[in-house]
Amino acid sequence: MSFAKSKFKHKSLPVNDLGLTYREYEGAISTLCAGCGHDSISAAIVHACHELSIAPHSIAKMSGIGCSSKAPNYFLRNAHGFNSVHGRMPSVTTGANLANKELTYLAMSGDGDSASIGLGQFAHVVRRQLNMVYMVANNGVYGLTKGQLAATSDKGVKNKIGDLSLFNDIDLCTMALQLGASFVARCFSGDKAQLVPIIKAAIAHQGFAFIDIISPCVTFNNHVGSTRSYDYVQEHVTTGAVTDFVPIREEITSAIPEGDFEDICLHDGSIMRFHKLDPDYDTSNRLKAMNDVEEHKQRGEILTGLLYLDPTARNYHELNDTSDMPLNQVKQDLLCPGERVLGTINDSFR
Amino acid sequence: MKKTDVSNYDHYLKVVDCQQACPAHTPVPEYIRLIADKRYSDAYMLNWHSNVFPGVLGRVCDRPCEPACRRGRVEEEPVAICRLKRVTADFKDDITDRLPKAPEEGNGKRIALIGAGPASLTVARDLLPLGYHISLFDRDQRGGGMMRSQIPAFRLPETVLDEEIDYILNMGVESHFGSAITSMHKLLKENYDAIFVGTGAPKGRALNLPGYEAAKQQISIGIDWLANVSFGHNDKAPKRVVVLGGGNTAMDCCRTAKRLGAEDVKVIVRSSYAAMKASPWEKEDAKAEDIDIIVNHTPTEFVVEKGKLKGVMFDEVESFYDRGGNRVLKNTGKTLLAECDLVLVAIGQDTSFVWIERDIGLDFNDWDQPCLNETTLQSSIDKVFFGGDAAYGPENIITAVAHGHKAAISIDLFCQGKEPTQRPKSDFNLISQKMGMHEWSYTNIIDHDERNLVPHISWQEAVKKLATEVELGFDEQLALEEAGRCLNCDVHTIFTESTCIECSACEDICPTDCINFIGDIKDNITPPQQLLKGKLKVDKATDEQDYLISDNLNTGNIMVKDEDMCLHCGLCAERCPTGAWDMQKLTLSNIEATIK
Repeated sequence: MSFAKSKFKHKSLPVNDLGLTYREYEGAISTLCAGCGHDSISAAIVHACHELSIAPHSIAKMSGIGCSSKAPNYFLRNAHGFNSVHGRMPSVTTGANLANKELTYLAMSGDGDSASIGLGQFAHVVRRQLNMVYMVANNGVYGLTKGQLAATSDKGVKNKIGDLSLFNDIDLCTMALQLGASFVARCFSGDKAQLVPIIKAAIAHQGFAFIDIISPCVTFNNHVGSTRSYDYVQEHVTTGAVTDFVPIREEITSAIPEGDFEDICLHDGSIMRFHKLDPDYDTSNRLKAMNDVEEHKQRGEILTGLLYLDPTARNYHELNDTSDMPLNQVKQDLLCPGERVLGTINDSFR
Repeated sequence: MKKTDVSNYDHYLKVVDCQQACPAHTPVPEYIRLIADKRYSDAYMLNWHSNVFPGVLGRVCDRPCEPACRRGRVEEEPVAICRLKRVTADFKDDITDRLPKAPEEGNGKRIALIGAGPASLTVARDLLPLGYHISLFDRDQRGGGMMRSQIPAFRLPETVLDEEIDYILNMGVESHFGSAITSMHKLLKENYDAIFVGTGAPKGRALNLPGYEAAKQQISIGIDWLANVSFGHNDKAPKRVVVLGGGNTAMDCCRTAKRLGAEDVKVIVRSSYAAMKASPWEKEDAKAEDIDIIVNHTPTEFVVEKGKLKGVMFDEVESFYDRGGNRVLKNTGKTLLAECDLVLVAIGQDTSFVWIERDIGLDFNDWDQPCLNETTLQSSIDKVFFGGDAAYGPENIITAVAHGHKAAISIDLFCQGKEPTQRPKSDFNLISQKMGMHEWSYTNIIDHDERNLVPHISWQEAVKKLATEVELGFDEQLALEEAGRCLNCDVHTIFTESTCIECSACEDICPTDCINFIGDIKDNITPPQQLLKGKLKVDKATDEQDYLISDNLNTGNIMVKDEDMCLHCGLCAERCPTGAWDMQKLTLSNIEATIK
């Protein structure tokens, strides 16, 4: 029985600006099922954070309940983390974010955690434009409780034991677009070439970044007839543009061939470069993005890639003028400024 | 890209670095696992079948397996393979009833083996159970060849050597010790169906510098001097000894001299310390015994005073490599007189075929070596075969053993009237090691411990007596710890395209980033090394291993695994949801026939 991954690593592994290899960004060995899409997401997060040279201790991993929400244990072993009540991760993250906006908030949720029990919380955190990366590992079933259909399952599909999905599905990307998220993407866990740059861009984006990640449940939703199986997704996945992320400070040596590309400059100066596969592709039009998602769905395709981006949108901190200083650094004299200040405040109400 | 050809054992044998590097292709990981199971006799027999002298080689082998060991690529030091081989010999039970026996009725074929060194003894061992009659000739009184005459007892105890030679002699060899063969012409007329020449490289090179004639009483050829010590003709060394040369013979000479009473022993060598031919551990052991190794000095003269040797005069040199990669020596102008009472010359040795007449049809090349077919070791006289140092000049014991196996196959084919170049096939088998969801029949957890050092006795104690063995060998606990370091490279990662669903779980879990799923490259001609540069997660660390390249998968992508850094930990197979990866143990049948 293997409960540990060897410490030995490839001798020519690249190191980032902090002198770390990606192995220093890993977590505990996964106890999810072998072949779980969530493990690929974990690996993509590991690589994205390593490539961005983020110090692991400046990241907070937030999650709720479910297979997806176990996953933060399997990446960034030296980051902070909070495994919250089912569906309540957005509230906890809001609180944490208010207390310390210097941390990078990486949230992992699932279709049950976000589209069922936590739907209300999800809707409001989008509205609030909280500065965070909200990832949903979306496999269409409740894997942890043995494969019941989730609210994101397509209407008319059957789960592994043959139960039919009777109700309309919830498309979290469409919801996020409708509620005003400033960064919305859909990815496939099996395509790291797409997923890693999008996670990097989501981290660089100052505002609410939502990524819905189709992540097949290899145990309960990988059968013939499922629309979330590896085979089905690989066959039906389509993308509007190949994405590359160029961090600030770095020379643009994009893997994308010269020619038909478009650059979007993010808040921090980094650049997202798109090589358009679909000439009609446009990330600045929210209504069109919602329309594209639905159109592809009707054609039986899964549209992936960055769907919408507004790098200029104001986020929660800007809207509320929150404290720049993390609360744990606020000294007593600032927190309790004394009788004279209290008097001034009281006077203002007279 | 072109899928890796795995229809024969070549790719798999290459992955097992140690086994591939061993001239006799000893199944190293398998015997190390047997040690870990405390099955020492089984481990010994597995060794014995392929390398014939596990007790001897476990002490004095050149160990080509160790620099090849995968462990040296993923961390610093290889597994102490050689010393684990000794463990099998040290801890085994009586194995005599497990040795093959010659059939009561022979096949009527008679084979003459000339020289009783490792090559000839291997031929004897391979052919006796097949019913051949073996006549073994050696000029010395006892068998073993250079293993006895050139390797001192403090490195290889006589009892160990005798035991392993006797296993073979007792199978029914008709031995003629103390009888030198002086004419191949005469031998060919005798009633032998085949003749094997395993006479080694018995002629030490002399150094004829000015003063040699006057001083020659006090100048000896290293290997001759060692042989005299070994056979008891010489048991004293003068006070001051200078050894010329930097190979293993020089190391044996200096250490032997120390044990025979010499107080001031110097090894003086033309090359730099790093470029000395002796094995690193031999150099270290000599230094530990307070022997002075003086490098970058080339001898110019034997200085004689009053008709007696005073010492050897040296020029100090600088060595560097020219553009063509050749070593060039340049005098610095400084000289050195090393005063001494005895000079031992250990600057190389050669084969000696004065006893083979040149008009009998046996062809020699320009370097006075026999012309041989490399596959069969057959000479231009079809019933005469060569092996060991006699075949291509000085090598080492394990190469001699490999030659012995090769020649035995050739002789057997030849005596059956078959063509020796038509080599027998060796087959391979891959058996799944899966025992359960996350259980394997081998220990797949990687041991991160450093290499264990073999205990030595103190050098002050060691140099007191010639026969005191310096290395004590691993005790059981150390042996088991060291055995645990083996990465089980013979348990292969086997990939089945048809079951892969491309979930990338294996790619993510692999600790050493060996596994890659990439778009196919439509090019079957350019070497993979070139095509894949920059395309994989991490570029190849070394060129020691190849890639394992799959066929196109469902999406058209291909799987490319770099065999270089694989730890054989089996995590890819554990994380694979469909069993597209499996860990399967390689077994080669008829290993002797894989020796090329």
